[in-house]
Amino acid sequence: MKFGVVRFPGSNCDFDTVHALRDVLKRKTVILWHKDHDLQGVDCVVLPGGFAYGDYLRAGAIARFSPLMQEVQAFARDGGRVLGICNGFQILLELGLLPGAMLRNKDLKFLCQHVHIRVENERTDFTRALRKGQVLRIPIAHFDGNYYAPPRVLRELERNRQVVFRYCDAEGRLTEAANVNGSMANIAGIRNKDGNVVGLMPHPERASERILGSVDGRAIFESLILSLERSGPARRPAARTRARHDR
Amino acid sequence: MIDKSVLDQHNLTEDEYRLIVELIGKEPNLTELGIFSVMWSEHCGYKSSRVHLKKLPTEGPRVVQGPGENAGVLDIGDGQVVVFKIESHNHPSFIEPYQGAATGVGGILRDIFTMGARPIAVLDSLRFGPPDDPKNRSIMEGVVSGIAGYGNSIGVPTVGGEVYFDPCYELNPLVNVFCLGLADRDKIFLAKAEGAGNKVLYVGAKTGRDGIHGATMASAEFGKETEHKRPNVQVGDPFKEKLLLEACLEVMDRSLIVGIQDMGAAGLTCSTTEMAAKGGMGIDVDLDKVPQREAGMTPYEILLSESQERMLMVATPENVPAVQEVFAKWDLDAPVIGEVVAGGRARMTFRGEVVVDIPVDAVVNLCPAYDRPIAPPPPPPPAPALADLPLPDDLGEALLKVLGSPTIADKQWVFRQYDHMVQVNTVFLPGADAALLRIKGSKKALAVTLDGNSLYTRLDPRTGARIAAAEACRNLAVVGARPIGVTNCLNFGNPEKPEVMGQFEQAVTGMAEACRTFGIPVTGGNVSFYNDTEGLSIHPTPVLGVVGLLDDIGKAVSPGFKAAGDDVILIGESFEELGGTEYLKTVHGLEAGAPPAIDLELEKRTQEYLLETIDTGLLRSAHDLSEGGLAVALAESAFHSDRKLGCEVDLDGELRADALLFGESQSRVVVTCRKADAAGLLRLASRRGVPAKLIGRVGGRDIALGRGGRDLLRVPVERAFRVWKDSLPAFFKVPA
Repeated sequence: MKFGVVRFPGSNCDFDTVHALRDVLKRKTVILWHKDHDLQGVDCVVLPGGFAYGDYLRAGAIARFSPLMQEVQAFARDGGRVLGICNGFQILLELGLLPGAMLRNKDLKFLCQHVHIRVENERTDFTRALRKGQVLRIPIAHFDGNYYAPPRVLRELERNRQVVFRYCDAEGRLTEAANVNGSMANIAGIRNKDGNVVGLMPHPERASERILGSVDGRAIFESLILSLERSGPARRPAARTRARHDR
Repeated sequence: MIDKSVLDQHNLTEDEYRLIVELIGKEPNLTELGIFSVMWSEHCGYKSSRVHLKKLPTEGPRVVQGPGENAGVLDIGDGQVVVFKIESHNHPSFIEPYQGAATGVGGILRDIFTMGARPIAVLDSLRFGPPDDPKNRSIMEGVVSGIAGYGNSIGVPTVGGEVYFDPCYELNPLVNVFCLGLADRDKIFLAKAEGAGNKVLYVGAKTGRDGIHGATMASAEFGKETEHKRPNVQVGDPFKEKLLLEACLEVMDRSLIVGIQDMGAAGLTCSTTEMAAKGGMGIDVDLDKVPQREAGMTPYEILLSESQERMLMVATPENVPAVQEVFAKWDLDAPVIGEVVAGGRARMTFRGEVVVDIPVDAVVNLCPAYDRPIAPPPPPPPAPALADLPLPDDLGEALLKVLGSPTIADKQWVFRQYDHMVQVNTVFLPGADAALLRIKGSKKALAVTLDGNSLYTRLDPRTGARIAAAEACRNLAVVGARPIGVTNCLNFGNPEKPEVMGQFEQAVTGMAEACRTFGIPVTGGNVSFYNDTEGLSIHPTPVLGVVGLLDDIGKAVSPGFKAAGDDVILIGESFEELGGTEYLKTVHGLEAGAPPAIDLELEKRTQEYLLETIDTGLLRSAHDLSEGGLAVALAESAFHSDRKLGCEVDLDGELRADALLFGESQSRVVVTCRKADAAGLLRLASRRGVPAKLIGRVGGRDIALGRGGRDLLRVPVERAFRVWKDSLPAFFKVPA
């Protein structure tokens, strides 16, 4: 099992994510350079946090054109697991691998703090080590994390159980106050329809060691490891996915 | 051609001009004059401060690099070093708060990675006018978002610092930025141009007209016309700097270069001449090869530009292609613009003509040092006799007032705008006595703090500076970290005013005395004079950045109460010291009196005692007493406890109640321990000559302080917490 963490110019959680996967969870992990066209045979691609291309123009807007993103898109189409954290989530939105967009936080301020998120869908490859309704304490650090999608898309997300995490209070209630960045429906993380691509704003790599104050983020990586162990890298032939996209 | 008005524009005196002519053996042309004006500015040349700074201790067993390089370097064992420095960006931050603060961060980061270290933490000391004035708020918002915008993007956590408010900073806010880096000892690089024939490479952003004369601007007083100086403020590009950081660390890691220097104040001028001077060499530069952002720039503008995110490197000719390849990978150009030559002269050509030809030694090392006239510092406004000072009817209300004062109130409004967790080393979040960072792959940790109470230094510069050093070290000791080195940022008014020089001289003396007593070297820093706007000087504000080392991070102690039933011990003695206190300022509206006294030897014993007891694992929490005294320290320990535990404290003695609760006597710390350990801790304190007394117990929902069994104040933790927590954000609420 091998993880690949993509390094864009301006990525700044790349080292942290590698540290969590390689040093804490003891999984083979490589850095994938954004200018390459080679995924080095990884079983899971992680797009880390940071400010790829300085977030100039719009978070993720330039990063989506990095050469490696063609391979990542094909990999995702073929059912490969892709996890986008923070800036990685924003890039997945720009790539169109996940629906919706990010607005500036409602207070128009960068926010770095611990938040609580509730597991909405425990039956994904990214949450199978968690329980439905489980509350995780995990940090966020972003300026553009205010999730937005048009009503039709939002309805579809809900219908397909694509919302994976929502901001909540310590008791798991979806309050306005807990929704610090103003996201629609308190959305903190979503998956694609096929379930192999997930993006979330909170940083699991910052909550993977006791010394950092929380290990709640580790379960997300552990879920991925479990999934990869059980079912191998890709679950479906590429052709089927393409057909679905063509419709 | 060069007359009095030209000299005035360059902030040079006629005596200085005569000295330049003598040193270079000719009348300088305008470009050469420009070079001298920035290199001999107060900011770069330290001409008013040098004679005094010599008093500071700079040596110690851990010192790898003391003052004189881009940053200080200390050995922390296991082949690793820390690289750290503090710098001011006060003037630019007043003129253009966002960019001023942002480029302050950018500049200090370059100072650190220039030496081969990866920056792992930023802390800032910020001083503004009171936040009830919208102008002050707007400066503060700009500064905080500027620091956030730059630091967050580049991925270096801003892990702590301090924010003070006082009317003296209204027209002259202070933005002091500290950065800490970590490196392998054998991978440290210096700003030296060595080896004739080696190539000089320019890397990073193109040169534009921004920031010309920034260093000269920082070396003069401000008047009402400062708005016009906005073009002197540089504009930062954190993305470019991130690329530069990664590329520079890569070429250094692969040992592809000989020397490297960032282009900070005085840009290309400073980097070329300093590198040559330090290497004992000369340098030839072809200014046409310097990448330029704008057409038609003159040699004067190219040399004096302070465009950000630029570095100068020296590499052997064989290594040039490999260096350029690394930079190309990061989408950066690295053209060769010159060569290291023998002879000690800087020779610059532009369109085939020699436009600069001067000895580097004169520029870099022969800037005159002034022993400026000194007058006694202005005396403090006398404090009213304590007998005349009314005791508040309700001491609980007084506590709430002090907790809600912007200087003491919770700063999360500030800190949550900074990414303080990136790099996953941050163990204590901002708000603790010191920031605590683990060192990956070891049990060790680094603790860092910034400190300086400028009201104390205003009232008594020498005592104030001693306290600044003492308190900074105490902040580390309460965490369990031994202080190992200091960097300082000395913010003062106009040094041409004898009483300002008097404050400076006294403050440096006090700081030197304290650092000597504590055995910690000062490895560098920054002096910021001319913090005067419209003729008014700021409080003298020496800020110390102190780095501490813990051998075992598992033993680190945090300020929050841990468990109900734990004993509360007050270490240190309380006196009737209300002068210069936050209580006197907020409750009685007075900035007056003498600051608390400090006994440096007692302070040292106290810190040694803390380190010893923390090492044995006996302390459950420890929190330094500073602004707001005992009552505020206890309240903060309650706020920092996970379950908002209160405390019941019973004191004795004859002090006035307000002095007992809010006095700021030095060398005091509140610690808690298991009941069973208290007796042993008190015994050890008495053996070590440290006053200590059991004063109460953790528990309940109130912060309760009494004397002889009678309550002096009793406030619910939750209520006090809300006041402390909501104070600062309330100033910034957008009306609905």
